[in-house]
Amino acid sequence: MNCIIIDDEEMARAIMTQMITLYPELKLIQEFPNAIQAIKFLNHTEVDLIFLDIHMPDFTGFDFIQSLKNPPKVILVTSDKNFAIDAFEYECIVDYLVKPITEERLNKAIQKANAYKTTSKPTEIKPIVEDNANEFYINIDRRLIKIEMASVNIVEAKGDYIHIKTESKNYVVHSTLKKIEDKLPKDLFLKVHRSFIINTKKIIDIEDNSVLIAKDVIPVSRANRPELMKRLNLL
Amino acid sequence: MEQPNLTYIDELSGDNLEFKTKLIGILKKELPNEIKGYSEEMATTNFSEAAQSVHKLKHKISILGLEKSYYIAEEYEINLKNNSTNLNADFENILKIMQEFVNRL
Repeated sequence: MNCIIIDDEEMARAIMTQMITLYPELKLIQEFPNAIQAIKFLNHTEVDLIFLDIHMPDFTGFDFIQSLKNPPKVILVTSDKNFAIDAFEYECIVDYLVKPITEERLNKAIQKANAYKTTSKPTEIKPIVEDNANEFYINIDRRLIKIEMASVNIVEAKGDYIHIKTESKNYVVHSTLKKIEDKLPKDLFLKVHRSFIINTKKIIDIEDNSVLIAKDVIPVSRANRPELMKRLNLL
Repeated sequence: MEQPNLTYIDELSGDNLEFKTKLIGILKKELPNEIKGYSEEMATTNFSEAAQSVHKLKHKISILGLEKSYYIAEEYEINLKNNSTNLNADFENILKIMQEFVNRL
């Protein structure tokens, strides 16, 4: 089985790499510190098994699985015991290992992976298809993914990329905040900081110079605060 | 206070000294960076990001055999997610002990 490791922690990758050498049926072809690099790799390379961390910055393990159509077998490797139930909602997940991994536990996971039957369809990035007209498309690895505007919580600029956080998924796109600002409806979205655009309908609360949207605390610059306050239906 | 140990790394490495050296090298490099990230997030009271850092540090805590400390970290991570810094002093003491141990390796 061709396998890859996706984990932002070098120590975790090193340990898993070493443990994989104990299994002649496994061939480690690459390791990745983030899911974005792995997605690019999966566009041109077939993989049978992925050792996947859940907690990674920007793009979680679950975001990663959801972005794949016909995902290969996945063994989750995490320090978090709390996602076990969520994990088994995904057909592709064959086991769930809690760090630090022991040989005994990994043995069981590999046995499950060996016994697990998968479709032979190649892995590809899943396009999201919905009927709503209020959407825009993002280009991820030459695939256009549709995003409903109303589902966007925040957009954050990070270097040459923007991070789009929606209600259910996060996306990293090579673009600028200015470009997406021009696409988004002005009555719904507001630039509150040089690095952030927010969906004003998603504000949970406002405190001093920040707003809370979902679990994210977003800074509000002094210059943008008056416009934000204007948008609120204050008592 | 429980003390860190290399039992897990030794078990994993067996007689593969090269691998053991590699893991210790990564530990020496990665631990201070993770602690720095955590400290910066705490300094800016970015508790949700700090919770993510604590989450990541939990793996190092368990690798160094700190079983009781792991549970403190687990609870502290939940506290931070709820905007509470309860257990802060205990957790930061664990970080100090780990860093001192790693410095001696």
